[in-house]
Amino acid sequence: MTLLAAVGRIFLGFLQYAGRLTVFTGVAVAHCFRPPIYFRLILRQMVEIGYFSLPVVGLTAIFTGMVLALQSHTGFARFSAEGAVATVVVISMTRELGPVLAGLMVAGRIGAAMAAEIGTMRVTEQVDALVTLSTNPFKYLVAPRLLAGLLMLPCLVVVADIIGVFGGFLVGTYQLGYNPATYIHSSWEYLKPIDVISGLVKASVFGFVISLMGCYNGYQSRGGAQGVGQATTNAVVSASIMILTTNYILTALFFNK
Amino acid sequence: MTPKIQLIDVHKSFGPKLVLDGVTADIAASESFVIIGGSGSGKSVALKCILGLMRPEQGRILIDGEDVVNMKGRERERVMKKFGMLFQGGALFDSLPVWENVAFGLVQGRRMERRAARDKAMETLAQVGLGSDVAELSPAELSGGMQKRVALARAIASQPEIIFFDEPTTGLDPIMADVINDLIVKCVRELGATAVSITHDMHSARKISDRMAMLYKGKLIWVGRTAEVDKADNAYVDQFIHGRADGPIKMEIRG
Ligand SMILES: Nc1ncnc2c1ncn2[C@@H]1O[C@H](COP(=O)(O)OP(=O)(O)OP(=O)(O)O)[C@@H](O)[C@H]1O
Ligand SMILES: [Mg+2]
Repeated sequence: MTLLAAVGRIFLGFLQYAGRLTVFTGVAVAHCFRPPIYFRLILRQMVEIGYFSLPVVGLTAIFTGMVLALQSHTGFARFSAEGAVATVVVISMTRELGPVLAGLMVAGRIGAAMAAEIGTMRVTEQVDALVTLSTNPFKYLVAPRLLAGLLMLPCLVVVADIIGVFGGFLVGTYQLGYNPATYIHSSWEYLKPIDVISGLVKASVFGFVISLMGCYNGYQSRGGAQGVGQATTNAVVSASIMILTTNYILTALFFNK
Repeated sequence: MTPKIQLIDVHKSFGPKLVLDGVTADIAASESFVIIGGSGSGKSVALKCILGLMRPEQGRILIDGEDVVNMKGRERERVMKKFGMLFQGGALFDSLPVWENVAFGLVQGRRMERRAARDKAMETLAQVGLGSDVAELSPAELSGGMQKRVALARAIASQPEIIFFDEPTTGLDPIMADVINDLIVKCVRELGATAVSITHDMHSARKISDRMAMLYKGKLIWVGRTAEVDKADNAYVDQFIHGRADGPIKMEIRG
C-alpha cells in the first residue's frame, strides 16, 4: 500500500512538474513575439551561446569524427567494406552525433550558466526588482535566451558537422591511407539534404530545450546558494534527458516512413 | 479624498505559517508612513503584497481606489509604473554597472534615451552622496552601504508616485543615515511622493514619518501620528521604541 502511495506521489509530482513547465513555456513563447523586444540582449546571448561555445563544440566534433573513422574502418574490415568509412562518418555526424553531442556539450555549458544566473537573480530579489522597474522578467531574461538558443545551436551544428567530417578525413587519409580525392567524393556521394536538414532541425529544438530548462530551473529556484546549485544541476540533467528523448522522437518523425 | 494605498484585511501565509493576519491600513497621498515591528514580523512581506510581488490569500489592496490584487498584464504594468522600491538586500543587477542600475527604470520603464537617462542617473547618485567615480563600477565592487545608496538612487530615479523603502538606513554610518533621512523627507515634501518605509531605527522613523504603525503577530496593533508614539498607551509599542528586552513581546530564545 505504501509502495502504491509512493508511486502515486511520484506520478502526481511529475504531472505537476509537467504542468508548470508547460505554463512557463507558453508564457515565455508568447513574450518572444510581443514588444518590447530586447535586441541587444538577444545579440549578447547569441554571442554567449554561439561564439563562446565554439571551442568546446569544435573539440568534441573533431575527436568524434576521428574516432568514427577509426572505428568504422576496423569494424567494417570484418565485412571488407572499408570503402563505406567516409559515408558512415558524414551521415553519422550530420544526422546524429553533430546535433546530439553539440547539444549535450552546450547543455552543460549554457544550461548551467543560465540556471545559475537567473537563479541567483531570483534568490537575491533581482527578478522582483525587475518587476518593480516595469520590466517583465520573461521578456528581459527568458525570451532573449530562448531565441538565442533556437537560432545559435543550428549554427554551431553546421560548424560541428564540418569539423567532424574534417576529423574523419584526417584520420582516413593520414592514418588509414585512403586517397583524399576518393574520400571526399564518397563523402558527398551519398549525402542527402535531408541528412543535414534533419540535423539542423534537431539542433534548433535542442537549443530551445537547453535555454528553456536553464531558464525554468533558474526561475523556480528558492532558498539561497543551495537552491541555485540544485537548479543548476536540474537544468543540465533535465536538458540532457530531454535532448535524448526528443532526439529519438524527431528521428522517428524524420526517417520512419 | 480616496487614500493612496488602502489595505483591507490582508492575509498572507507560507504553508502553515501565518505571516499577515488581517492587516488594515489607509495611507494618504503625500504621506510618509513608517512600519515598525520585530524582525520576522512580516514587514517586508507586507510591502511585497502591496507591490504585487506576492499575492495575499485574502483581503483587498487598493491603489488610488483600484483593487490591484487580481490585476495582470498591462493593467498591472500601468500600476507598477507608480511604484519605486528599495529592497532590503539592495537587489542591484550585478551584470550592469552602477549607473545603468540607477537608470534602469528610466530606460526600460519610461523609454528615456540612454544619454539623458545617464545624466539623470548621475544627478540621482549625487543626491545619495555618490560621485561619478562609482558610475562605471559594478555593484560587487562597492561596500554594503554604498550598494544600499545605489539601490536607493534606483528606487527614486524615475520619481515614482509611491516609494517603498525597506530599511533605508541600516548599514550606513550615522551621518550618511541622516542624509538619507533628509532625502526621503525631500522626496515626500518636495516631490509629493507617498512613502512607505520600514525601519528599526527609531531616530530615523521619527524623523521621516508622518504616521507610524506597529506590526505584531500579523496585525497592525497600533497606528498613529508620529508625535503620539511616545504617548501611545500600548505596552508593545512602548517596549519596542525603547528597545527593552523585558515586556509583553517575548523573543523566542531559550537560554
Ligand atoms: N518567500 C518566503 N517563503 C516562505 N516564508 C517566507 C518568505 N518570505 C518571508 N517568509 C517568512 O515570513 C516571515 C516574515 O518575513 P519578513 O521578511 O516580512 O520579515 P521582516 O518583518 O521584514 O523582518 P526583518 O526586519 O528581519 O526584515 C518570516 O518568518 C519569514 O520566514
Ligand atoms: Mg524585512
